[in-house]
Amino acid sequence: MPTKAAFVRKDMLAPQEPPVSERGAIKWARENLFSGPLNTFLTIVGVLAVFLIVKSALPWLLNGVWNANSMAECREIVAARHGEGATGACWAMVRERWHQYLFGFYPQELFWRPTMAFGLMFVALAPVLYFGNRTINMRMTAVAGVLTILALAGVSASFPQTIAGSEAGGLALLAAVIVFAGLTAVAWMAPRRLLILTLLYPAIGFYLLWGGSIWGPVGALAGFAILAVVYNLTKAQLGVVVATGAGVVVAAIWWLVVQSHVTGALHSILPLGTAHVDSDEFGGFLLAFVIGVTAIAASLPMGILLALGRRSDMPLIKALSVGFIEFIRGVPLITMLFTASLLLQYFLPPRSNFDLILRVIILVTFFSAAYIAEVIRGGLAALPRGQYEAADALGLDYWQAQRLIVMPQALKISIPGIVSSFIGLFKDTTLVALVGLHDPLQGVTKVVRAAIEWKGIYWEPYIFVGLIFFACCFSMSRYSMYLERKLKRDHR
Amino acid sequence: MSDPHAITREIDRSHMQVSDEVAIQITSMNKWYGAFHVLRDINMTVNRGERIVICGPSGSGKSTLIRCINRLEEHQSGHIIVDGTELTNDLKNIDKVRSEVGMVFQHFNLFPHLTILENCTLAPIWVRKVPRKEAEETAMHYLSKVKIPEQAHKYPGQLSGGQQQRVAIARSLCMRPRIMLFDEPTSALDPEMIKEVLDTMIELAEEGMTMLCVTHEMGFAQAVANRVIFMDQGQIVEQNEPKEFFNNPQSDRTKLFLSQILGH
Ligand SMILES: Nc1ncnc2c1ncn2[C@@H]1O[C@H](COP(=O)(O)OP(=O)(O)O)[C@@H](O)[C@H]1O
Ligand SMILES: [Mg+2]
Repeated sequence: MPTKAAFVRKDMLAPQEPPVSERGAIKWARENLFSGPLNTFLTIVGVLAVFLIVKSALPWLLNGVWNANSMAECREIVAARHGEGATGACWAMVRERWHQYLFGFYPQELFWRPTMAFGLMFVALAPVLYFGNRTINMRMTAVAGVLTILALAGVSASFPQTIAGSEAGGLALLAAVIVFAGLTAVAWMAPRRLLILTLLYPAIGFYLLWGGSIWGPVGALAGFAILAVVYNLTKAQLGVVVATGAGVVVAAIWWLVVQSHVTGALHSILPLGTAHVDSDEFGGFLLAFVIGVTAIAASLPMGILLALGRRSDMPLIKALSVGFIEFIRGVPLITMLFTASLLLQYFLPPRSNFDLILRVIILVTFFSAAYIAEVIRGGLAALPRGQYEAADALGLDYWQAQRLIVMPQALKISIPGIVSSFIGLFKDTTLVALVGLHDPLQGVTKVVRAAIEWKGIYWEPYIFVGLIFFACCFSMSRYSMYLERKLKRDHR
Repeated sequence: MSDPHAITREIDRSHMQVSDEVAIQITSMNKWYGAFHVLRDINMTVNRGERIVICGPSGSGKSTLIRCINRLEEHQSGHIIVDGTELTNDLKNIDKVRSEVGMVFQHFNLFPHLTILENCTLAPIWVRKVPRKEAEETAMHYLSKVKIPEQAHKYPGQLSGGQQQRVAIARSLCMRPRIMLFDEPTSALDPEMIKEVLDTMIELAEEGMTMLCVTHEMGFAQAVANRVIFMDQGQIVEQNEPKEFFNNPQSDRTKLFLSQILGH
């Protein structure tokens, strides 16, 4: 007996299009822009604001002048083309002064050195950013190579009195071609070998930028060798953690006290080297990158160590880490920069004649490391205890467990926070203007404005510098998203 | 007795021999968590080839006991000697013991960022310094033994609980331990996966492995164990061979526990 509740469908329904009001742009606009009186009001206000901004800025941007020798000439040209009272940007300033924004007061005949250092930086970064990915490693190396060579050609064409005119210029270009072709080949055949360049890059970069005696960077590298030797010799007796500490202490003594004597002696025996460039001559994005990249590269390992120290069972290490992190986070960066320019001199051994850039780098690194440590601590806290126990039960020692099990997972969780810190750090490099360094935003701009011909220029340098900063920070942000997506896909 | 995971298969006992050699010796061992006396005067000798099941109510200190054996927990008095090495603060001894003793956890504790194969080769490569190639061959051997060689290149998150636990067993075996510790290896598993893990454990027992298992799988205890230890309030209350233990429990606590767990 079929009951009333029984029902059997005879023919199945085909799917139909949704009604017009539920489709496409209309639906989207209704839901997102006009979903209520408040939203409708905000939409109208928003559109109005955008309109006003564009209305006032667009002519200024479109009327921009690229060829002129001074601000006054720019104004004349704008007035002639677009009538009296018209406004126009004076990009001619960028055209004339771009090299100061990029290199500061670096000697023009040596522009090839920072250019080369910049190009090599990407090759050194490739195996770190895209570990084990041969195609991307090779592509990145090749692109960095081509762009560097073009940049070298461009730089020497812009300053014909420097290297392009001489035979040395041609030779330098040829050398760059050979170097990058070789690196691309290495990236293709054995991408992991590029890591050797990555490890040596700090010394190479330092030497390219500052020049001088070759023994300086060699001595700095020797410090790391000393660290490794001390660690290996004492590991059996002292255990890994204490042995690491001992290695760091001995290496620090080498760097701060002994190294300058030894390298000085070596230089007097065998004076190898190139033209020295003083830190005073650094400026613009060269300075921003030197400080930003070094501090980023150094603050990550330091932040990791601080985060581990903060979770350590050893009371002394824990107290030191907590004290360091909390102190640094409690002090404004500006204060630390002033410290760098004044106070640090008193704490360091008298003969270590640290230059200002190095001091600023150290304090910016400390500053960033404290924040990174806290970000990573969050990642560490998210790791289940079972991961540590499994590592222990398998017999991994402390550093092995950290390196192979804990950090890969904790860092993965912390990527967004770490990259935010890095982006913040990179932008904060502009604060070094306050201690008299020529950062691109204020330092160089001040110099440009002080010149008679560019007196009165206002927005253009900020827009130019801002765009470059944006490109850098946006790339970092995109890379972080790429990395998150990749790790998520890989590990599930 | 109605045990959903009753062991129905025939057990091959030809290799299950208990030798006279002592594998683990625990004497008057005590442990405290702060003021809480969690293990009280534990005395216990495990001979090579023994298969011991430890049971008892939750919180009775079973996990703590077996975690003391590979020093995941530190004891405060008494002695624990594993394969002739006494566990003290000496890191070398701890490393030595850990490389002899494998451990399987309730929640598997696989490394989620590494593939199954990498999970299995990690410790042999870094601790035992085995060449990668050889470590991979060993790993594949043990993964075939636990019947999941085809999953070697997946990540732990892509496997079912039972499969993950079998990987965890294979991972321990790759270090070629002489003693295996199991801490409730099936408690976190769905019922239909318990059997596959128990089967793996039975096979291990059939090969003569020295095993200490904290488990409430009484079918497993009856089929495989040569001794059952009952713990309560941090003490060993009763121990006996399985038949006697289940059919003729002596202490009231044991009787109560058995009646609860077997559902009489
Ligand atoms: N890390 C710890 N700190 C303090 N108390 C603990 C800790 N681990 C376990 N305990 C306590 O010790 C007792 C025994 O725990 P456990 O060995 O895990 O018991 P079982 O495994 O038998 O359930 C429990 O009362 C538990 O609350
Ligand atoms: Mg337990």
